[in-house]
Amino acid sequence: MALLFLLLRPILLLSLFYFAPISQSQSAAGEDFSEELLLRPLPDRKVLAHFHFQSRAPHSTSNGRHHHLFPKAVSQLVQKFHVKEMELSFTQGRWNYDKWGGFDPISSNNAKPPGVELWAVFDVPHEQVDDSWKNLTHALSGLFCASINFLESSTTYSAPDWGYRPDSGSLRYGSLPREAVCTENLTPWLKLLPCRDKAGLSTLMDRPSIYKGFYHSQRLHLTSSKFEPEGGGSGIVLEQTLTLVLQPSSQRTVRSYSHETNLQPSWSLTSIFGRKVSGRCVLAKSSIVYLQLDGSLVAELDSLQKENKISSADKYISEGVRRSACFEVSVKPDRVLEELKGLEKKNPSVLYEFSVDKYNESRPFDLGLTWKVPVAWSSQKAPLHVSRFLMGSGNERGAIAVSLRSTELTDELLHTETSEGRCKLEVKVFQVVPWYIKVYFHTLQVYVNEQPQAVSDVVEKMRVSPSVDKVSPGVMEMLLKFPCGMKSAAITLDFDKGFLHIDEYPPDANQGFDIPSAIISFPNFHTSMQFLKDDSADKSAILSKFKENSAVLAYTEVFLVPLATPDFSMPYNVITITCTVCALYFGSLLNVLRRRVGEEERLEKKEKEPGLLRQLLFKLYAKISGRPLEPVESTSTSSSSSRSKLQFIILVAGIAVLWQVYYG
Amino acid sequence: MEEQSTKPTKKHRRFWTWLTASVLFRLILIYFPQNLNLSSRPEVSTPLTSLRRLAEGYWLKQSSMSPYAGSMYHGSPLLLSLLGPLTVQRIDGLPSHLLCSLVFVAADVLNSLLIRATGQTLQIAYRQSLKSLDLDMISETMETLPSGDIAALIYLWNPFTIAACVGLSTSPIENLAVMLALYGACKRLVPLAAFGWVMATHLSLYPIILVIPIILLLGNGPDTPRQLFLLRRHAYVLLLCGVSVKQYGGLWEMFTSMYGFILTVQDLSPNIGVLWYFFAEVFDFFRNFFLIVFQMNILFMIFPLAIRLHHRPCFLAFVYITISSMLKSYPSVGDSALYLGFLGWFVYELSEMKFSFFLFCVYVGVSLLSPVMHNLWIWRGTGNANFYFATAMAYACLQIVLVVESVSGMLNHDRKLRNLSSAKLQDGKS
Repeated sequence: MALLFLLLRPILLLSLFYFAPISQSQSAAGEDFSEELLLRPLPDRKVLAHFHFQSRAPHSTSNGRHHHLFPKAVSQLVQKFHVKEMELSFTQGRWNYDKWGGFDPISSNNAKPPGVELWAVFDVPHEQVDDSWKNLTHALSGLFCASINFLESSTTYSAPDWGYRPDSGSLRYGSLPREAVCTENLTPWLKLLPCRDKAGLSTLMDRPSIYKGFYHSQRLHLTSSKFEPEGGGSGIVLEQTLTLVLQPSSQRTVRSYSHETNLQPSWSLTSIFGRKVSGRCVLAKSSIVYLQLDGSLVAELDSLQKENKISSADKYISEGVRRSACFEVSVKPDRVLEELKGLEKKNPSVLYEFSVDKYNESRPFDLGLTWKVPVAWSSQKAPLHVSRFLMGSGNERGAIAVSLRSTELTDELLHTETSEGRCKLEVKVFQVVPWYIKVYFHTLQVYVNEQPQAVSDVVEKMRVSPSVDKVSPGVMEMLLKFPCGMKSAAITLDFDKGFLHIDEYPPDANQGFDIPSAIISFPNFHTSMQFLKDDSADKSAILSKFKENSAVLAYTEVFLVPLATPDFSMPYNVITITCTVCALYFGSLLNVLRRRVGEEERLEKKEKEPGLLRQLLFKLYAKISGRPLEPVESTSTSSSSSRSKLQFIILVAGIAVLWQVYYG
Repeated sequence: MEEQSTKPTKKHRRFWTWLTASVLFRLILIYFPQNLNLSSRPEVSTPLTSLRRLAEGYWLKQSSMSPYAGSMYHGSPLLLSLLGPLTVQRIDGLPSHLLCSLVFVAADVLNSLLIRATGQTLQIAYRQSLKSLDLDMISETMETLPSGDIAALIYLWNPFTIAACVGLSTSPIENLAVMLALYGACKRLVPLAAFGWVMATHLSLYPIILVIPIILLLGNGPDTPRQLFLLRRHAYVLLLCGVSVKQYGGLWEMFTSMYGFILTVQDLSPNIGVLWYFFAEVFDFFRNFFLIVFQMNILFMIFPLAIRLHHRPCFLAFVYITISSMLKSYPSVGDSALYLGFLGWFVYELSEMKFSFFLFCVYVGVSLLSPVMHNLWIWRGTGNANFYFATAMAYACLQIVLVVESVSGMLNHDRKLRNLSSAKLQDGKS
């Protein structure tokens, strides 16, 4: 069998190569697929790897329901639920906005909150949007082996108006902060790729090494212009990205003779993924690997260069090579692209482009980066550093606080704005809270530079939809305008914690409940990186994505709210005790009301009989104490013989019980 | 009553000093609201009576949303327009919600005055009826017990009342509506009685059962053997009810949000009642059944009590209020304050009540233990919900004993009177 396979293998490979031109000719007809990988060294000795796969299916229905490259499951999804735009992300870990950057397209598009996040825009009438959403969640949960179907319940999703995306008529947004993401979610995601992880760049996705990382976000973004009357005409565009932050395994040989501890770790594809790229996916239109150097890193390298005066002799050498005095790239780049200077950027970043086309099994592609000189830089941060935390103690109430701290960037950016005469920093806050966090919106307080401010001075626009118990979550969308000289700001909101029915608690109720991230966006600031002139912009999917003008966006931390729990083992006790008390009330009150004079007289007569009650009490006492050996002295004269009989019976019973206990 | 107020005795002067003292005491407590933090106590502010929720409802209304959007506010739109503007106004240097607190203090004082007036009416009527039965020697002993003053002072100085007033719960206003109804009925002021009853029902639903004592009071008077059942007035009451509610839009929303919320026990946050824990634990399958059982439990006893106590409408009202504040969905100490105040009216009749010392001790014990257990469960995390539920259970049992014993004490008292009068008649005959 194995022999047969070995024999057949060249033929199979040959046939693949033979059919490759055909597939490319088909892709010219419409459907195409491209794979790209972007690698970027991060300031804190880590490496960002960003895989970007893009499939595109044409608008036409000439092929019927069949596709050559485009995943059929996704196109069926679009057809069935009339999805206009959709994004699903599975994330583990938290994007570090301070160290890994908060002002570039990757951080604002691919940094996602932990767990699952899903939003979708539907092209259906308003009253059907909720139904479409529910169906979509079920379909997706089947497709991706995740509990996305929990987003079906109306307590988990919300309909933001303008706080999340500007053009949202029939948008639904939901997130599951506690969803664990693992390889079972990655496999169905890879199945949507034409080559799966058998060929091309996706072969790098070695499960142990990608799940070992600090951050892992697998995302699927879908845009469909199918339902627009001859709009873009691009049909369905499926964008699959996997963003990883990995720690390159330290190469001991390098460290042993580098006395500088702050030398950045050198890495290669083999050292971070444990694999090499052995050729491209033949179905892909393009298969490119980029190595991106941050703008500030480039500036830092340039200044290092100047200090060392190395460049004095090599004046004529092109920029990319000149910089390589500080580090060494194992493969010679096909192209070096420099960012076209934007308005607000000081340091352009540099992109080294490597095409994987030339490589094959015998000559695998293994990109490596070796640092020669210690270098330290910092990524470009978002205008404000955002964090959210919980205030208060105890399980009764608390407060949510979102704190915004200015970064050094803000000052620079705002100086340019002051010259324009407009000195306001706009911040959009979008926050969804589950119903059991009962937010008092009237307690909204705003602090600017630690001084309380009138809410109307800062809050420009606000839309609130308060939570309904067990029906819908609370949604808050706010547009804040801060003065530009602001150092820090905070908004706080008080809330009461709800109490749930025992069935509504998750299995580990005492762990607490995760409150989804708030989304803070800065509508004045846009990330767009343009590396190429317009004519060749659509060649690379990732570069055209970078060119898109998207607002800077940051997710806050997920926080954990402990809720008071009832005793889970007590339902029967509670029911019986409460019902007993009710019966006690009912019975005794009825008894009192029922009592009549005649009866009372009879009772009085009975009470005249000496010691009947007392006698009964003694009997009871004897029964309870179970010590028949000590006969209770009674003053009553009657029925002493019956009592002795009773004593005898109790004695026998007691002996029997003792016998049972000790010898049974 | 007029006769008594025209000749102010030493006793009355003492009443007024105590009343002023209680008002001063409240004002002092209001001045330190942060230290007491009573407004967040579950015993004081239930989802229905919390002023904080009212402020949220007012905020929603101001931002042109329905105050019932979301499930924060469940009170009446009337309260919203009365207290809402006061929650927003702040005076510098003074505690927030000061104006609301002043409204509650005024409501408390008015309540106590109404209790006093009603108590005096009751006492006069009782004395007259004794006179008609030729039992003068009892009425002489009664002279020493001015039950109206006692009831009013019990109400004013009850720690529960003070807590409810200082803790910014709207229950003083609900109590005021109940008191207006009873006072109006006692004084035969039909519009006032109708207004009070409608308002009380509108504010907290459960006083709807007070229609029986009020009709009995209007029909029979406090203690006159005249039977009148005025359908005309009944219709008048209903009409007023319709008018008072109709001016607000979204009637159905209001009904579901107020009465639906009360009847279906949606909020499971702990309070001094027993239903919250019961419905947090009960299996969903049986929820509707038990909802019906518990709400019907209040209604079950209405007719037996009405038949047995039809000659004492005020006492009947007291029993009804006690029962409903025991079994209602979101009880608070403000409800207990009202019926404990009423207890003062019957200080002579119930002087032979059993277990009164025991009841007093348990009241003190429960009101001390309940905050401790709540603290252990919610704040320290060392106790669990059962601890707090146990005190709620004890409190419920306490109220049961109170109801049963007071009813039986009252029946015994009546029986004694009957025996005495029949003995007197026999003496007269022989």
